[in-house]
Parts: sequence; C-alpha cells; structure tokens
Amino acid sequence: AALVLQLSLSIADCPGTGSTQAGRATACQGCPNQRFCAAGATAPDPAEAAELRERLRGVKHTVLVLSGKGGVGKSTFSALLAHGLAADETKQVALLDIDICGPSIPKMMGLEGEQVHQSGSGWSPVYVEENLGVMSVGFLLSSPDDAVIWRGPKKNGLIKQFLRDVDWGEIDYLIIDTPPGTSDEHLSIVQYLSAAHVDGAVIITTPQEVSLQDVRKEINFCHKVKLPVIGVVENMSGFVCPKCKNESQIFPPTTGGAEKMCQNFSVSLLGRVPLDPQIGKSCDKGQSFLSEAPESPATLSYRNIIQRIQEYCDQQQFQEEKII
Amino acid sequence: SLPERNNLAGVRHILLVLSGKGGVGKSTISTQLALALRHSGKKVGILDVDLCGPSIPHMLGVQDSAVHQCDSGWVPVFVDQDRSISLMSIGFLLERPDDAVVWRGPKKNALIKQFVADVAWGELDFLLVDTPPGTSDEHIATVEAFRPCQPLGALLVTTPQ
Repeated sequence: AALVLQLSLSIADCPGTGSTQAGRATACQGCPNQRFCAAGATAPDPAEAAELRERLRGVKHTVLVLSGKGGVGKSTFSALLAHGLAADETKQVALLDIDICGPSIPKMMGLEGEQVHQSGSGWSPVYVEENLGVMSVGFLLSSPDDAVIWRGPKKNGLIKQFLRDVDWGEIDYLIIDTPPGTSDEHLSIVQYLSAAHVDGAVIITTPQEVSLQDVRKEINFCHKVKLPVIGVVENMSGFVCPKCKNESQIFPPTTGGAEKMCQNFSVSLLGRVPLDPQIGKSCDKGQSFLSEAPESPATLSYRNIIQRIQEYCDQQQFQEEKII
Repeated sequence: SLPERNNLAGVRHILLVLSGKGGVGKSTISTQLALALRHSGKKVGILDVDLCGPSIPHMLGVQDSAVHQCDSGWVPVFVDQDRSISLMSIGFLLERPDDAVVWRGPKKNALIKQFVADVAWGELDFLLVDTPPGTSDEHIATVEAFRPCQPLGALLVTTPQ
C-alpha cells in the first residue's frame, strides 16, 4: 500500500554552525554534521567576532544585493549601484563580490586580470576609481576559466577572510553582491556582518513567475534572518525597440510581476528597469552603462533606484543619530 | 528501513544539465527536452537538484503534487496519465511554496544522496538531472552519487554574453 509521504521542511533551518543552537535545533536532526556541532566544535570565537567588528568599524552603510533567482541582474545592479554612489567623489565606496563560483564583478568593473596585493594592513582592494574599491575571488584565480569547486565550509572561510583581511578603510557604502540562493554564502555573510550594521537588502527579480517564485523565498529568508528589505528591483521589465519604439514584454508578468509580489509581501518596489542591449554590452566591456548610455530609459530607472537606496540609508543614519 | 535496491538499475541514460551561470535556461531546457523525448516515445524522469530554487514542478504544472512512498522508496510525481514523464524535486516537499530552504552544504548533500538512491524511477529511457548554477555542493554531491551509474554526460547551457 502506498503511504503518503510529506516531509515537512520547516523554514527553521540550519541555525548556523556558530549559533548557540548549533546541533541542538530541530532542524539539525538528520544533518550529517549534527554531532560535530552539538559537541561545540564549531562554536564562534568571541575574539573572531570582535576582530570582524573592529575591521568593519569604518563602514557607514552596508547593502546586500540578493535574489533567489540566478541571472536576473544582481551583479549588473551591484556594479551600477557602486558606480552611481561613487559618482559623488566625496563618498568612499566598496564593492564586495561573494559569488565564489561565478564571480562576475571583475569583468563588469573592467578589472579582469587584476591581482590582490597584500600590505601590512591586509589585502588591498582593487581600485576602479580613487573612491571605488572592489574585492572578488576572481582576483585570486590564476586563470579566469578556473572553476572554484568548493563545498560550503571552504566558501564560508573565504567570505570571512574578505571581511577580516581586506583593508577596507573608511567606507561610506559597502555593497555586497551575492550568488543566487539561500545557502552557505547568504547565511555566512549575514552571520559575519552581525558584528557590524547592515542597512538592508536590495532584492532583484525579473517579471516572470518562474523568477518570482524563487524571489519570494528570498524575501522569506530575509525575514527569517531579520535582514531589512530595502526594496525590490524588477529588471528586464519590458523592451522598447530603438527602431520602431514599440514596447514588448519579453518576460511577461503573468502573475502580476514584482509589483504584485511587493504588495503581497509589504515591501517597496524600488523601480523597474527595461531591457536595453547596451546593458549587456557595457557589462561585457567592463564599462559603466550609466556613463555609456546616459540617455537610456534604463539609466533613468537605475538612477532613480540608486537615489531611493541612498535616501533609505541616510534615513537610517538619521534615525540612529536621533537615538544617540 | 528500506530494502537494498538499486533504483537506477532500470535507467538507460543519465544526462546532467549544467551551467556555471544562473538564469540561462537550464530548467527550461530540461523541461523542453523531457517533453520532446516523450513526444518521440521515450520514458523520461527529471531529477531537480536545485534545492534553493526548484523550478521544474511549476514549469510542468504539477507544483501541488505530493510525494508518496512505496516498497522501493519514493514514488516520483507523474506529470501525465501515460506516466511517461516523472519528476522529483524538493518543491514537492515544502509545507508552503514560498518557504525558503535555508540549508548549508552538508544538509543539501544528504538530501541529494537520498534523491539519487531512494527515488523509485522504474524503467526510464532518460533521466535528466537539472542543477542550480555554480560548481559547489549540489554539483559535487550529484556527480559523486551518479558516478557508479556512468552518466551519459552533461549538457551545458549558456547565453551569448
């Protein structure tokens, strides 16, 4: 006789190897590492947490760029957000790429082939502009085609090093580009950054349901780890033909697109960015699309979104200063 | 405990669908390939090992299905009356469709091993394995688990840029 099997995979998942609940939470049942964690072998080192806090002390604002879905434009957006913020030469901006398997940021920032230099104060970020520094595993590979075939723990180790060993200095904005999903990289960055202050996450999607169903999970992930959602950006939102000016929905929002999802989840829709073939070209060339195509409707959208993020961060700072 | 049984013994060809990059159309191609193979009279299984972003159930319109157990293990979800396409995905095991699967590597590896060993596929011409983007836990676990079965190979998906 067939039995109905419904494994209930609750949202209370891995508490984190550094958590006091490590190995003891309900979600730990059946995890191959349970005994290891329960024995306290992975307890967080308070000295390490203090070290991270010290290293990130000079960072004023931290924004994570997330998506449940791959290929929606996280790295593109992260790069343009960094360029947009660094246009103000009085601001110091840092872009950290924690996509270990598919680091796109070096290429998008025109920094392919650059190497990381070490100094007495740690690893030096690679600078695009005087006020825009970048770090990525891409700079640590001997060849850009080298696959980084790492399991979770090794990826976590590198992410910790990025935060601890890079000499970021005083930064106004730290932008962190992530790989798609809700796994090691995402849990780790949230955990390690708990030592510092994170303004929130910008979540990227495209209009179709196949993307939204993954992005809803990402919003729930943010709620679960208490990461504020600054808002959602809908990329690839329509295409205007440069010849006939007709608008087409290349990825039709069959279930209401990001707008409906944002309403349902009570998060802000920061903006919609239309498809523009120049975006992909600029990324491939390592140029800022905002500079290459200043008149594009996509540029206007990006700039509005960047401004809203800036306002959000300033608002946070204002609230904090009020409390102090 | 389930009896020792090689649930892959009746599977003729195993094909992995990979890409380093996300959003290039792996799940779309896996789905369309399965439908095309069915159209040419083949029996096809799809194993969706994208644990964080399982897209296949929705693409085949079976997202509300439940997984049943039988003597040999887990019964895959059949997409049609003919039972010519069967599917296993973490999507069927979630309490709510918007629940995030927030798992670190070891737990993902454990489920993938179960997916490979415990799904009772029966006789299949093709088993397509849809993967998430990257070259990490899911990929290592999948390749290791399927190695004894000598997979046909990998189909790599990309976009032009």
